[in-house]
Amino acid sequence: MSKPCIDLDACMRCGACVGTCPVNAMFLKEYTVEVNDDCTSCGLCEKVCPVGAVSLGGE
Amino acid sequence: MSESLEYDVLVIGGGPAGSTAARYAAKNGAKTLVIEKRQEIGSPVRCGEGVSLSWLEELEIEDYNRWTAARVKGARIYSPSGHMLQITEKMAGDEVGVVCERDLFDKDMARLAVEAGADFMMKTYAVSLIEEDGKFKGVMARRMGKELEIRAELVIGADGWESQVGRWAGLYEAIPPKDIMTCFQYRMTGIEFDEDYTHFYLGSEAPGGYVWVFPKGPRTANVGLGIHMSSLDGSKTPKDYLDELIASREEFSKGEPVDMVAGAVAVTHPPETVTVDGLMLVGDASRVVDPMTGGGIVNGLKQGKIAGEFAAQCVKEGRFDKEYLQEYEKRWRDRLENRLWRNYMAKEKATTLDDGTFDKLIDSLSDIELDRVSIMAILEGVQKKYPELIKEFEDML
Ligand SMILES: Cc1cc2nc3c(=O)[nH]c(=O)nc-3n(C[C@H](O)[C@H](O)[C@H](O)COP(=O)(O)OP(=O)(O)OC[C@H]3O[C@@H](n4cnc5c(N)ncnc54)[C@H](O)[C@@H]3O)c2cc1C
Repeated sequence: MSKPCIDLDACMRCGACVGTCPVNAMFLKEYTVEVNDDCTSCGLCEKVCPVGAVSLGGE
Repeated sequence: MSESLEYDVLVIGGGPAGSTAARYAAKNGAKTLVIEKRQEIGSPVRCGEGVSLSWLEELEIEDYNRWTAARVKGARIYSPSGHMLQITEKMAGDEVGVVCERDLFDKDMARLAVEAGADFMMKTYAVSLIEEDGKFKGVMARRMGKELEIRAELVIGADGWESQVGRWAGLYEAIPPKDIMTCFQYRMTGIEFDEDYTHFYLGSEAPGGYVWVFPKGPRTANVGLGIHMSSLDGSKTPKDYLDELIASREEFSKGEPVDMVAGAVAVTHPPETVTVDGLMLVGDASRVVDPMTGGGIVNGLKQGKIAGEFAAQCVKEGRFDKEYLQEYEKRWRDRLENRLWRNYMAKEKATTLDDGTFDKLIDSLSDIELDRVSIMAILEGVQKKYPELIKEFEDML
């Protein structure tokens, strides 16, 4: 698994993933969501996203 | 050199909790600044906008008309097969309330803060805490692309669900997925429903949560749902659930969406502590959302007032240490904690119930005269009609 990939065309910048992230690796910016290297690929951001804009595809 | 400012009290976040904390800090003599990362207070709206009016007096609000979209007569709660429980204003005290325009609401709370003497700074993003000798002394911020140092005796983190301030201050406990409700909502227009009531649908259409229909004006409502994260198996998103629901009901599918809202709320128990030396949290950042309903506006306002008044007291006494801040912990917990814990336990129970149980539950309540809505009154109703069901709830009695 790799870091989450955010489809910015679907993302509503609601921050659901940011508040859910258990290691504080996500940040809501005005036009994007940033993911830093603390990410453990746990997948909770993918699960919580209300619109399915986050995916942890393969490499 | 970056620009530097100095305040007694610095509030991060201009939502209802932050503005109210700032209002009461300024009113009681503290030099107070609110920084808000957005370019407009209250917008975009991320809320169902249902709010009771039980707090107007406590918060010294004179006019609620300017932010009211619809005043309702009561709430209707439906079980999966259509049994209905109607809660009127008389039964619920002032708990029923209104559906608001959150952008206007938040701006009105900001107005009250400004009139009390607080300063506001928009498009200003807190990026880190300033820490000196183990104490927090303000934040480094970015304002319209420029770095800004803001020093303060006391920092109040009012930065909502996605709170970073609490995390930076070491106050963060990860929220378990079972305590996270993930939400999606459309503002639908051209739909048909009873505009005099708020409507709540329980059961597997929104696993672990509920569907809400909150009137916003003629044939217009916020139609949304919240689902417990641990009830999601990855095959459907909250948006998928809502799209299916709308398609399956003619009264909704004949309308069209004019707004979309996504978001999450923490339906968890109160955290162990929301204070460290020189810093305290308020509102969603301190997890005071009602775990049963997912509503957080009113608790944020009440706690915001307590926080602001106490912040001004800290300034007068010149004390900002954690030991002194325990008085804030005590005051807000005395006001809110019992109910938060009780509703947390009730939520833990409610998320285990299946559609059949919701049917029996609502059925047993629809024909008794409830003159006050309380968990005890509900359980007594259940005991009368479905005594075998009461076993489910024994641990709550
Ligand atoms: C879909 C949905 C529906 C809801 N429906 C209802 C409802 O019907 N009724 C109800 O009572 N509650 C509802 N809630 C909950 C309610 O929205 C919150 O409880 C409420 O907004 C909390 O207020 P607050 O002031 O604590 O935080 P917020 O209103 O979230 O305000 C926090 C502010 O801080 C700012 N901020 C964040 N980080 C920074 C930073 N680093 N620097 C500067 N500023 C920052 C944000 O931009 C924001 O303006 C709902 C929530 C969701 C997601």
